[in-house]
Formats: sequence, C-alpha cells, structure tokens
Amino acid sequence: MRRLFWLIPILFGISLIVFSLMHLIPGDPVDIILGESAQVSDKEHLRKMLHLDQKIHIQYLLFLKDIVSGNLISIHSKKSVWKEIGERFPATAELAFWAMVFAISVSIPLGILAAVRHKTIVDGASMLIALLGISIPHFWLGPLLIILFAYTIPIFPISERSNFLSLVLPAITLGTAMMALLSRLTRTTTLEVIREEYIRTARAKGLSEGKVLFKHVLRNTLIPVITIAGIQTGALLSGSIITETIFDWPGIGSLLVEAIQSRNYPLVQGCVVLIATLYVSINLLTDVLYAFIDPRVRLQ
Amino acid sequence: MKLTFTTKLGLVIILSFFFVGLLAPWLSPYDPKGTDIASRFSPPSSTHWLGQDKLGGDMYSKLLYGAKISLTVAVTATMISLLIGLILGSTAGYFGGILDECLMRLVDILLAFPGLLLVFALAAFLKPSLYNVVLIFSLVGWTGFARVSRAQVLVEKEKEFVQAIRSLGASHIHILIRHIWPNILSPLIVQASFAMGGIIIGESSLSFLGIGVPPDHPSWGNMLFLAKQSAFQPTFVALFPGLAIMTTVLGFNFLGDGLRDAWDPKLKNSR
Repeated sequence: MRRLFWLIPILFGISLIVFSLMHLIPGDPVDIILGESAQVSDKEHLRKMLHLDQKIHIQYLLFLKDIVSGNLISIHSKKSVWKEIGERFPATAELAFWAMVFAISVSIPLGILAAVRHKTIVDGASMLIALLGISIPHFWLGPLLIILFAYTIPIFPISERSNFLSLVLPAITLGTAMMALLSRLTRTTTLEVIREEYIRTARAKGLSEGKVLFKHVLRNTLIPVITIAGIQTGALLSGSIITETIFDWPGIGSLLVEAIQSRNYPLVQGCVVLIATLYVSINLLTDVLYAFIDPRVRLQ
Repeated sequence: MKLTFTTKLGLVIILSFFFVGLLAPWLSPYDPKGTDIASRFSPPSSTHWLGQDKLGGDMYSKLLYGAKISLTVAVTATMISLLIGLILGSTAGYFGGILDECLMRLVDILLAFPGLLLVFALAAFLKPSLYNVVLIFSLVGWTGFARVSRAQVLVEKEKEFVQAIRSLGASHIHILIRHIWPNILSPLIVQASFAMGGIIIGESSLSFLGIGVPPDHPSWGNMLFLAKQSAFQPTFVALFPGLAIMTTVLGFNFLGDGLRDAWDPKLKNSR
C-alpha cells in the first residue's frame, strides 16, 4: 500500500519536470513555434492557449488541469493531445506486445540451455548472442535487419504498418535488448536453482531430467524473469521511439518525434507524461504482482 | 590486478577510439564537411576507402570526425555528471537527514523517465548544438553517480578509520574529500565506463532523430540520419557508422565489466 501512495509524489514530480521543459526554451516559445513574423493576433491566441500570459505557479496549475481534463491542445491539428495520442497508441501497444513475445520466447529457452550446458560452447555462444544483443543500438539493428531481410532476401516489407509480416522486423528490433537481458537473467537464475536441494531431491527420487527441468527448475526460474520482463516493458516504450522512427511505424514513439520536429510542444509534453506515467505504473504493478506470486516477498 | 581477455580487448578498442578521436583532423584524407554531389553513393574505392554518402561526403573522414564528436560529448558529459553525482551523492550519504531525503526523491523522479525519454524531451525544447547535447547528458546522467556515491559513503562512513580521524578533530569536508572519496573511486570509474558507452548511444540516437548535434557536424548519428533518408541504401552508408558505434560501446562495456570483476571479486561468481 505504501508503494501505491508513493506513486502520487512521483507523478507530481514528472508533471513538474515536463512543465518546466517549456521554460527551458531560449526566448519566447510563441515566437519559436510560430516564427517571429507571425500575426500578433495568432501569437496572442497561442500565448493564451499555452497559458503563458499567467503567473508561473498559475501556469503549472492550469497545465495540470489541462492534462487531467484532456484540454491540452495540439498546436497544428487543434485537437486534444490525448485524442491524437489515443489514435496512435494501439500501434505502439501492438509492437511492444510482439517485441515482448519475441523476447520471452527466445530468451527463456536460450538461458536455460546455456545453464544446463554450463561452461560449454553452447553456453558461450548463447552468452555471446546476449552480449551483442545488449550492445547493439536499435538504430543500427533496425537498418541491418532491413538490409538483410527486406533488400538482400526480400521476405519482409521495408516499413509501414500493414499485415503481420510488417510487424516482424520492428518487433525483433525493439525486443532484442530485452531478449538479451532476459537470457542472461534466465541463465543466472537457472544456475542458482539447479544447485538447490529440492532439485537434488527431485533427481534422487528418480524423476527424468526433462521432468526435473520443466516441473521444478522452470517454475522457479520464471518468477524473477517475469518480474524483470515487467519492469522492462517500460523500457520498451522508450525504445519504441527509435524503432518506430526507423520503420515509419505509426505509434506514439514516432508521434513524439514528429511533435519534436514540428515544435508541437504540448504534444511533446503529452507524450512524455504518458510514457513516464505508464512506466512507473507498470513498475508498481509488477512489484505488487511479484509479492502476490511469491509470498516470500513482503511489501515493506 | 589481472585483466581478462575481454577487458584488454575493451581497453584496446577504447584507446584506439581516443587516438582516432584526438587525431581526426590529421588522419582524415578529406574535409568531413565537404560535399561532392556528382559522385554521391560511390562505393568504397582506393580514393574513398569507405565510399561516399548521399551528399558525396567521404565516409572515412566523417567516421574519424564522428569519433571526435562522440569522444568530446562522452568524456565531458561523464566528467560533469560524475562530479555533480559525487558531490551531491556523497554529501547526502554522509550527512543524511532531510538533505538526503530530498536528493533521493529527486533522483527517484528523474529515474521515472525510462531510458532516453528525458534526453529526448530536453532535446525537444533546447536548441540543437554540441554544447546543449553535453548539457543534456550531464543533467540526466548525474543520478547514477549520485546513487553509487551515496551507497558507498554510507558504508565507508561507519568504518573505524573514519571514526578515528573524526576523533582526532578532522572537519567533515576534510574527511569526505581526503579520506572517503579516494576509497569510493573504483565503483565510480566502473560506472563512468558504462556511462560513456550509454552516452555514445544516446548522442547517436539524438542525431539519428535529427535533434542532436547540428546536421553539419559529421557525427555517427548524423551519418545514420542521412542513411535513413535513402532508406539505408546503398548498404555501406548504414553499415560503417553503426559498426563504429557498436564497437566503441562494446569496448566501454567490456572495460566496465572487467574492472568491476577485478575490483570486486565477490561479484564474479554470481554472474
């Protein structure tokens, strides 16, 4: 419960930082958005819309009110920021979901295999894959996959969101870092679990190696792995900013980049608040679920 | 201190990166800002070793200058964040109380922005320039150093030698700077190695999105930004800058891992 209350000051902190960003702009934000030669009436209208005519603490309160009530207005389309984000969100959710499916379905077998074949060439190769996966930046893995599987061997489309095939390369690009991290974690956890006494007991009572692995090792390995997978979901959201830009994927990541490039500051603020809020909420949810699944963990 | 093979490899990669970055102006055969539209997208040849990009710029010279920019940003921003983090983190850990509470809450809030989100957000509102890129990574990067410093100081300040010096009448500042800082340096150096790798990725990401160092600077991220405009074709325009980024980052990660294991053998078996 204490953790739940903790969320409130964090959310205020996020909103305060995102609000302050507007005041980092060198010079007058209105001039920068519209250009200095814009009409005075347009400038005044925008200044009012951004509440820049108010005192600074009033500005912050109005900003909070706008965020909560959905009155934060995107500059160019004049639509509500939340509406614009809502239209693009399903694409990001879809991409993040499949990236996670890819990461989990590859990393768990890979990590367990590496642990079972500890200190062999299989272990070495799996961990090399994991190391490369952690070090390779999204903005290079994406182009590499495009060069390999869209140009050289044309299986997948280069970009845009159409059918399931168009999802494969972006999902792999986004999910690889998570895959690498989870493989390492699965390996470490499995190595620990294998040395436990209850595994020796299971073997001693004559269970087949397959049964030991699936019934006893896997179940105990999964708890920490799923927890980290949950925490990493937030990281997927921030990774989607680059991935969506590479593949022209119409999600909130590319929306944020478009908003940055067109100086649509309220939209930038909306995207940042949303991503950060989702991130802390998912982390909290994971913690709570973790305690629920594993009774040994006590909420302090 | 015995170093593993990967640590040495990391060290070699980083030393070559420093060497190339510092000597770029003398090593480059062409002007990295030069253009030659007539021979754009020429493949690697004896005159242009790594080929020419969309504007006909020499990829090899740009790559060397890119090392210089990455090096400048990574080293300066890491130094600044290390200094801020060390001062704030160790003061908070040493004195505790309300100062500690406030600082750690601020760190919590800054860490509520996942990955590079805060970096992108800051870049959105600031003017793109080399100076601002360094500023952004310093503003975002100090939290990691603050956490490490604080945790280390909490351990160190309870040790007997600190109590002994204090009973001799040494001032708090003296104890912190002369006796505690030297003892907490090694985890901070490890952290700095990972931070530099992270900043190189971050800086390239910013440029790749077109909001980092201005496009006329030949940074690795800007080279990929240019490559994206031609849908990553021909292959070599996307291949080389990415390879440079990944190798350098791998080097910093190898070094960080190796130093951590060498300085803290307890961790070695648990990984």
